[in-house]
Amino acid sequence: MFSGDSFDVLVAGGGNAALCAAITARRSGARVLVAEGAPKFYRGGNTRHTRNLRCAHERAIGHLTGPYPEAEFWDDLLRVTGGQTDEPLARLAIRRSAELYDWLGAQGVRFQPPLGGTLSLGRTNAFFLGGGRAMLNTLYDTAERLGIEIVYDAMVDGLEVADGRFVSATVAQNGGYRTIAANAFVAAAGGFEANLEWLRQAWGPVADNFLIRGTPYNRGAVLRLLLDRGVAAVGEANQCHAVAIDARSPKFDGGIATRLDCVVFGVVVNRHGERFYDEGEEFWPKRYAIWGRLVAQQPDQIAYVVIDRKSIDKFMPSIFPPYQAASLGALAEKMGLDPSAVERTVARFNAAVRPGAFDHTVLDDCRTEGLSPPKSHWARRIDEPPFYGYPLRPGITFTYLGVKVDEAARMVLADGRLSSNMFAAGEIMAGNVLGKGYLAGIGMTIGAVFGRLAGQGAADAAR
Amino acid sequence: MPRDEAGRDAALKEADRVMTICNACRYCEGLCAVFPAMEMRRAFAAGDLDYLANLCHQCGACFYDCQYAPPHEFKVNVPDALAVLRRHSYARYAWPYALSGVFARNGLAVSLLAAFGVAGFIIGFVAFKDQAVLFGRHAGDFYAVMPHGAMVALFGAVALYAVLALALGVRAFWQGAQGSFPVKLDGGAWLAATRDAAHLRYLDSGGGGCMNADEHPSDPRRLYHHLTFYGFLFCFASTSVATAYHYALGWPAPYPWSSAPVVLGTLGGIGLLVGPAGLLAAKWKRDPQVTTRAAIGMDVAFLVMLFLTSLTGLLLLVLRDTAAMGILLAVHLGVVLALFLSMPYGKFVHGFYRFAALLKYAREAKSGRVFGQE
Repeated sequence: MFSGDSFDVLVAGGGNAALCAAITARRSGARVLVAEGAPKFYRGGNTRHTRNLRCAHERAIGHLTGPYPEAEFWDDLLRVTGGQTDEPLARLAIRRSAELYDWLGAQGVRFQPPLGGTLSLGRTNAFFLGGGRAMLNTLYDTAERLGIEIVYDAMVDGLEVADGRFVSATVAQNGGYRTIAANAFVAAAGGFEANLEWLRQAWGPVADNFLIRGTPYNRGAVLRLLLDRGVAAVGEANQCHAVAIDARSPKFDGGIATRLDCVVFGVVVNRHGERFYDEGEEFWPKRYAIWGRLVAQQPDQIAYVVIDRKSIDKFMPSIFPPYQAASLGALAEKMGLDPSAVERTVARFNAAVRPGAFDHTVLDDCRTEGLSPPKSHWARRIDEPPFYGYPLRPGITFTYLGVKVDEAARMVLADGRLSSNMFAAGEIMAGNVLGKGYLAGIGMTIGAVFGRLAGQGAADAAR
Repeated sequence: MPRDEAGRDAALKEADRVMTICNACRYCEGLCAVFPAMEMRRAFAAGDLDYLANLCHQCGACFYDCQYAPPHEFKVNVPDALAVLRRHSYARYAWPYALSGVFARNGLAVSLLAAFGVAGFIIGFVAFKDQAVLFGRHAGDFYAVMPHGAMVALFGAVALYAVLALALGVRAFWQGAQGSFPVKLDGGAWLAATRDAAHLRYLDSGGGGCMNADEHPSDPRRLYHHLTFYGFLFCFASTSVATAYHYALGWPAPYPWSSAPVVLGTLGGIGLLVGPAGLLAAKWKRDPQVTTRAAIGMDVAFLVMLFLTSLTGLLLLVLRDTAAMGILLAVHLGVVLALFLSMPYGKFVHGFYRFAALLKYAREAKSGRVFGQE
C-alpha cells in the first residue's frame, strides 16, 4: 500500500535503473513512488541476474585493476554494435560511467575483486559483492531509508498522456486498479523478453522454443503503452540478445547458472545430427553471444554439443549433468538423435582435424581442413570415451526495442518533439546506445547512468 | 538412541544438489570461504560436502543474495542445506560411533546429564561428608566439602575422555574430507586458519555484517560469539593459572578477589553470561528460512549450559563465604561435569570441525586450484 494517489515522481519498474532514478529524484527532494510489477522476491527484473557493471576509469580504483580509458570503452562499444549506436548518448554513458563506482558505493553497494572465472573482466568491470540481487537489496534498503515509497505486484496497465505530457498511470493493485497521478514519470520497466505473444509476433512460431533467462514479469507493458501513446521507438522487435543455454533449463528465470560454454571443445550438431557452424570461430564472449541465434535458426531450435573425455573438466561446471555414453552411437541414442548420423558427422570431423598445439586461451592452430563448415581453432578429434553431450536452446536475455531518449534521458516523441515530463532509463531505452551485440556489464552502466539522469530530470520537471 | 542414516543421506543429496547449482553460478564467491572451496571441485563426495558444511558460518548472506532462493523453482538455500548436513556430520564422525545418536536428542541428553550431575554431587557430598559440612561456612574453602584430590581425579578423567573423543572425531572428519594425514605443520595455513577463526572472518558476509532476522545486515551474533568464545578462553585460563598456583607455587584455593584466577574467571564469566544470552536472543529472532529447526535443541542446550556454568560459578564466587557454598559447589560442579561429558556429543564440537575446515581451506587457497573459466 502507498500513501496517496499523487506523487511528484512515479517510477515504473524496480531494477537498477528504476532505483537509481528513484534515489536521485528523492535526494533532490521529490516525493517518489516506485511501482514494481513483480512480487518482492522477483523484484528488479534482469538486474537480479547481473553481476557487474562496466565503467571507464583513468586509474585503478577500488577493486578495478587498471585503467580503462573512455576511448577504449568507446572502441569496444563500436566493435560490438558495428556502429549501431547513438554516438552522443553512447559517449555520455561512457563518460558518466566513471562516476558509478563511487556513486553506487555511496548508496551502500559493495564491490568485490573478480574471482574464479572472471579475471579477464577485472580491469573493465566492477563486480557486485554477492551479485545483482545483493546490489538490489542494498539499493532498496537505501531507497526505503530515504522515504521512497515502494509497491510490489504493481504492473502498470494504462498511461494517460496528453500532448506528450504524462498525466497519470493505472496500476494493478490487490486485484483491482488504482490511478496514480504524478508530475513526472520515469519508465524503467525493462524490455519484453518474457512476453511470449510479442516474441511470437516478432519471430514467428520459432519463439515458442525460446527459453527466457529472466523473470516472467519482463512483459514490456510500459514499453507497449509508451509506443502506443506516441513515443518514438528505437531498435527492431526481432532483435534480442540470445545465448545458447542448457535446453533443460526452466522456461523462465534460469539466469546465469544455465550457461554452457563448451561449444568450443567439441562439435555442435542439430537434430539431424549435422554440424551447422564453425565452433572454433571466436572467443567468449563473442562466441557466447552468437550461438543463441545460431541455435534458433536450426530445426526445432535445438542443438547438441558433443565432446569427449579430454574436455569434460575444461569449462565451468554445468547445472545439469551431461548425457554420457561409452560410444558415440549410444550417446546419440540417449539424446534422441540418429546414431549413424552423429557417428558419420564425428567421423568426418575427426578425419579433417589437422595436428596442432591445443591452447584454449589463444586462437590456436588446431583446425580442420576440407570440412564444411570448418572448425577454425581448438579442433581436436572426438575419440576418447566416455563421450558427453549437452542439449542447447536459445536463451533470451533481453530485447533491443525501446523508446528514444535525448541526453537528459527525456523521451523523444514520434513527431520529434521532446516530452516535458517523461523520462526513460535502463533496458527500455538501452537500444539507443546498444543497437546490437553485447558488452559484458554495459546494461547496468546504461541503467545507472540514465537512471540518475532520469531521476534528476524528473525531479526538476516535477517542481 | 537411533542414528539417522536416511536423514544424513537426504542431507547429502540436498547439499550436493544445491552446491551443483551454486557451482554453475558463483555469484556468492566473495561472501565467504565456502564458495571458493566449492569452486575447486566439479563433483562433491560426502566428505567434501561435510567439509563445506563445516566451513559455513551460517551468516545467511548468500540466502538473501541468491536469485535462486525459494520461491524460485531451484529452491537454493545454502545456509539451511549446510546446517542440516553439518548436524549430521557431527553424528557421522562422533567417537565412539555408538554414541552418535546423542546428537539427535541433544537437548534431552544434556538436561539429563546436568540433572544427574548436580544430584550426584549433592548425594556424594552428603554421603562422604557430614550434612553439617555441606551447609557449613568454610570461608571459601571448596576442599572442605570435596577434597582437592577427588576433584582433580574426577574432572581430570572426564576432561581427558572429552579431549580423546573430540580428537578422534576431528581426525575422522579430517580423513573424510581427504585432508592430508599425518597433518602437516605448515605455519602459514595454521596461522591463517587461527586468524580466520579468532576474528570470525566469515561471520561477516564479506564485510557487511551477517544477516539474522531478515535481509538487512546486522552484526549481533559475531559480537556475542566473541564474548562467548573469549569468555570461555578466559575461564580456561583462570583454571590453568589456578592449577599452576596449586602445583607449582603450592598455593591452594581460595584465591583473593584481586588474584589472577579470580579476575580471569570473573571476566570470562561475564562474557559467558552476556554472550550466550545474546546468542540465544538472536536465535529466537532468526529468520526460520535460513536455519534448521532440527538443531535448535542442541544449540540451546549448549548455550544454556555455558550460561549456567558461568552463573553458578559467579554465584559460588560471590557467596563462597556463606552457608550456601556447599550446595552451590555441588550445583556448579554438576553443571561443569555435564558440560564436559556432553562436549564431544553436542554443539561444542562445531569449533573443532570449523577450525579443521578452515585449516583445510587455508591449504587449498594457497594451492589455488580453481576449475573452469568463463
